[in-house]
Amino acid sequence: MALQNFLFWTIAALTGLCAIAVVVTQNIVRAAAWLLFTLAGTAGIYFLIGADFVGGTQLIIYVGGILVLVVFGVMLTAQGPFVTMKTHAAEWGVAMVVGVLLLTVLVTTILRTAWSPPAEARMNDAANSVSSVRLGEGFLGFDRVAPAAALTGIGESEQVVHATGTRDAGQRPQFHERNRVAYLLPFEIISVHLLVVLIGAAYLARAKRRQGAAS
Amino acid sequence: MPDLFTLWIYLRPFVAALALITFMLISAIFFVWLERKVSARIQDRLGPTRVGGKFGWLQTLADGLKLLVKEDIIPDLADHWLFRAGPYIALCGAYLAFLALPFGNGVVAQNLNIAVFYMLAVMSTEVFGVILGAYGSGSKWALFGGMREAAQVVSYEVPRAISVLVPVIVAGTMNLTDISKQQAGWFLNWYIFHDPFTFLAFWTFFTCGTASCKRAPFDLAEAESELVAGFHTEYSGFRWLIFFMAEYGSMFAISGIAVILFLGGWNLGLIPKGADATDLLGTIAGNVVNVLVFIVKGWVLVFFMMWVRWTLPRLRIDQVMTTCLRYVLPVSCVLLLGVSLWQLAEAEYLWLSYVNWLLAGGSIALVVLLLAKAMTATGLPTPTDLMPGAWPGAHPAAPTIAPRS
Repeated sequence: MALQNFLFWTIAALTGLCAIAVVVTQNIVRAAAWLLFTLAGTAGIYFLIGADFVGGTQLIIYVGGILVLVVFGVMLTAQGPFVTMKTHAAEWGVAMVVGVLLLTVLVTTILRTAWSPPAEARMNDAANSVSSVRLGEGFLGFDRVAPAAALTGIGESEQVVHATGTRDAGQRPQFHERNRVAYLLPFEIISVHLLVVLIGAAYLARAKRRQGAAS
Repeated sequence: MPDLFTLWIYLRPFVAALALITFMLISAIFFVWLERKVSARIQDRLGPTRVGGKFGWLQTLADGLKLLVKEDIIPDLADHWLFRAGPYIALCGAYLAFLALPFGNGVVAQNLNIAVFYMLAVMSTEVFGVILGAYGSGSKWALFGGMREAAQVVSYEVPRAISVLVPVIVAGTMNLTDISKQQAGWFLNWYIFHDPFTFLAFWTFFTCGTASCKRAPFDLAEAESELVAGFHTEYSGFRWLIFFMAEYGSMFAISGIAVILFLGGWNLGLIPKGADATDLLGTIAGNVVNVLVFIVKGWVLVFFMMWVRWTLPRLRIDQVMTTCLRYVLPVSCVLLLGVSLWQLAEAEYLWLSYVNWLLAGGSIALVVLLLAKAMTATGLPTPTDLMPGAWPGAHPAAPTIAPRS
């Protein structure tokens, strides 16, 4: 337990520092490298709480897909040896506003989410934790009693089972009870990210072809 | 003794991590020596013969010592930070993959439910170290090498992942330990012989794995004849060494995935009744056998990669991309579809489950035939009284080349 806490705080602190470095760095490829460490740290936290699939997806999509695409794009389009970004004061302002708004949303959601098991038990028992489900529903505006049937396609009765959130230790989760709800939101988010990667790749290929046709 | 047990709980991750990195580096040392010997053999040379006895066993250590004392050069134009970070990121990607690789029945650092997915995900970060190092070098050659690497690896990741799915569909799990356990017993149970689709998927996976380790014939990122040395043009000494440790490490990791998914994992393939070596010899002795079998199988595949590298000529970059996007990717998609249908058909027509006899028998017959042919080959008629290599008598009809005036 102490080791887990120590690892969590170390990884979280390093991830936070790297995230700050992403914003502060002017050189775009260095920023990408810092982003690599940020994403790897986030994946590390996922692995730490036992969410292996999410961690692996994080690595394969962000690092293997998006980050490589970023650096590849820089390599293809760079005019000089190293690209630096000049950030204007207005951009800082807009970024600040967006960042503060996002932070507000995150903090209010976390505060309003009904965390059913106490925090200690959740850290000990990652497999039975339903915290991500609660958080996801919180972002989508669902209360615990609100019917999620319109979103998940699962009826009221099953939703009640899911909403109570606690389960006996030896009881395996039934598929229709929990899993469809639990993985719907992550899968949707992943699919949107894949779409972004595809569009980016298509855009790069298109620009290259146009250049070739012009010359 | 509860204290000792608690201590073991805390020490176990460190022991596993140390053991894995030791194994990775020692096998890298072995692979460098093997690569030199294999390439020498194929090119009709002797390779290292002096350092450490007749076969040059210690040649790699001499190489390593040379690299350690080499001057450490960072170009003025380089982005020093990226230049330094690149090799270590690549090494981390290769090393992290070993954490989920089971060497024996239960001999695994972390028994993940999604071990295959995890390994593919982690190994996709290795390319990032190469790209960062190449970009940070501030050299055109390195930049071209890095761009090729990015394009190639990102493309080959897709058919590689799809080829992995083929045995995963048969096994019904992504847990490498479980997949390997399912193939216990005779080698007929190995997934490569399960049906024609998995048989072909092994070859597509191995091709894509070779490409993602940037090994010849896909070593476009370091094409000596075009790009000086590609992404590691500006590297010397220890960082160059780190890049190559990452490459050899990921070669073994890819071979390990191939062994577990297709070639029965740690199972010898000669134990009847679906038994594991641990069932016969007990947990410890059985797992020693298992680990040895697994490592030898992995090394055989690495040897195969080297054999391919020194036999086939390097492809052009457009040929590499065509191979991936026009051939390997559609083929792997068809294999995925085919194996799904096979799973349905096998439940309906029971005789389909005996196809593995045909595949295994055919493969063994082919291997035996090739070996017999190689053993009975007469070879080139080398005159014993002449220097090997210069054979004036061997080609009597060879045209004489007139000297240019």
